[in-house]
Amino acid sequence: MDLFQYDFMLRALVGALVIGLAAPALGIYLVQRRLALIGDGIGHVALTGVGAGLLLNRSPVLVAVIAATLGAIVIELVRSRGRTSGDLALALLFYGGIAGGVMLVGLSDAGSASLNSYLFGSLTTTSPADLTTILVLGAAILVLMLALRPALFAVCHDEEYARVSGLPVRALNLLLAVTTAVTVTIAMRAVGVLLISALMVVPVATAQQVTRGFRSTMAAAMVLGLFAAGAGVWVAATADTAPGASVVLLAIASFLVVALAAAAWRALRRRTTPATVPAYEPHEVVLR
Amino acid sequence: MNAPVIQVDHAAVGYDGRPVLRDVSLTVTAGEVVAVLGANGSGKSTLIRAVLGLVPLVSGSVTLFGTPQRRFRQWRRIGYVPQRLGAGSGVPATVGEVVASGRLARRGVLRPAGRADREAVAAALRAVGLADRADDPVATLSGGQQQRTLIARALAGEPELLVLDEPTAGVDAASQEAFAEALRGFLAGGGTVLLVAHELGPLRSLISRAIVVHEGGICHDGAVPEPAGHHAEPDHEHVHPHCDEEPAGLWSI
Repeated sequence: MDLFQYDFMLRALVGALVIGLAAPALGIYLVQRRLALIGDGIGHVALTGVGAGLLLNRSPVLVAVIAATLGAIVIELVRSRGRTSGDLALALLFYGGIAGGVMLVGLSDAGSASLNSYLFGSLTTTSPADLTTILVLGAAILVLMLALRPALFAVCHDEEYARVSGLPVRALNLLLAVTTAVTVTIAMRAVGVLLISALMVVPVATAQQVTRGFRSTMAAAMVLGLFAAGAGVWVAATADTAPGASVVLLAIASFLVVALAAAAWRALRRRTTPATVPAYEPHEVVLR
Repeated sequence: MNAPVIQVDHAAVGYDGRPVLRDVSLTVTAGEVVAVLGANGSGKSTLIRAVLGLVPLVSGSVTLFGTPQRRFRQWRRIGYVPQRLGAGSGVPATVGEVVASGRLARRGVLRPAGRADREAVAAALRAVGLADRADDPVATLSGGQQQRTLIARALAGEPELLVLDEPTAGVDAASQEAFAEALRGFLAGGGTVLLVAHELGPLRSLISRAIVVHEGGICHDGAVPEPAGHHAEPDHEHVHPHCDEEPAGLWSI
């Protein structure tokens, strides 16, 4: 643990933990709405922002937040119009985003090392200012996702019902889109544009192997995200591996372990409780 | 004379320029139980979706509780039961959690659930006979029980008007009975109901008026039509339009 005596390692750890907690709290809504890969797409758009920031000598993260937010709003508007061409529009946006990013970064004098750090994360170069940004935005995301859980759950679960309930569906959808963009850009430091979706989605996928309800899934996913981020940084520090990749691989490893354990447990339970009443048979009430 | 709860005046609806409803007018007054009947594709679901503002009107107007639908904000007065639970998401949700979203219209986005909310959810679950399933994942329920979950969600908001889209389609007999029972309780409390149905089943005795939609228009508005001829056979399935083809003694009174 000696490595954590260094300030930069400590910053890396704290940053990763905040992102590990916030990303699944948002990701659960994206998974629920079957938009699991949206974070990936918005990450591509954010890359253009990074390129523009580097080229204009502005803060790449700040410009990326702006670009990703605009991209997220466009994606949400395309989605809510609900046309078949939406698929293609998204593809154009995604690949335009990443190609634009690569080209702009290339035009700036930052070079390919800089591009790599945004593509795959560069946690150990987190500056104190970066950490403050991650802490403030991460806390904001967490508060919003937890405080608005009933409303966001309703919108993601059944959008038409939410509309008939008089919920501000469009505002909530835009909030979710913008929050996704912000999460992507702060997580860019930790795991990189290409691996962001993993932290939003994999802990949720792991949690729902064993949970029964939405709230418990959310709590378990956040714990898993926290664990993957903490353990990932520790592995990266001790084994000198890439932090972003270590975090994501740990998250995927926990998914495999939990999925196998859950399958084994179900098989075991099926064997120990023989066919008296099949467990899946719906229970019916008898009236009168 | 009761005040109109729903008033539809010369409404027309179309998808992508293809007309689905043309010149539909209908009034539902407080305390009524109105069934919208019709063949598949006749536009009966579109009619109630237009009433709720889920599909835009091409022309005409909809008034809810005396307020034009565009300016209507008292959504807590309406409980909507969709045909089925959305495509189903990957994330599990318990029956209790789904029913609890029925309280949002009443308590708003920011206020956390209080005791009244929890009690209303419990009462709604009891009303549909699912009280013991509150902590079970919705995905493990039968189709009929999922339908009852959606009805409980609407009842949890303590609405004055229930709008139901095919609440009994593909639902087992026990669930149909439980549903009729819940509806009876709702009506005893002075509620109004607009429902789309393909088969009335155990609901028949509850319906006070029937509207038959055919090819985008209303071709009957009055007493519940009695099935006649081969329509009265128990295994008859209403999969074909009824109005123009067989006018005598069927839907006409």
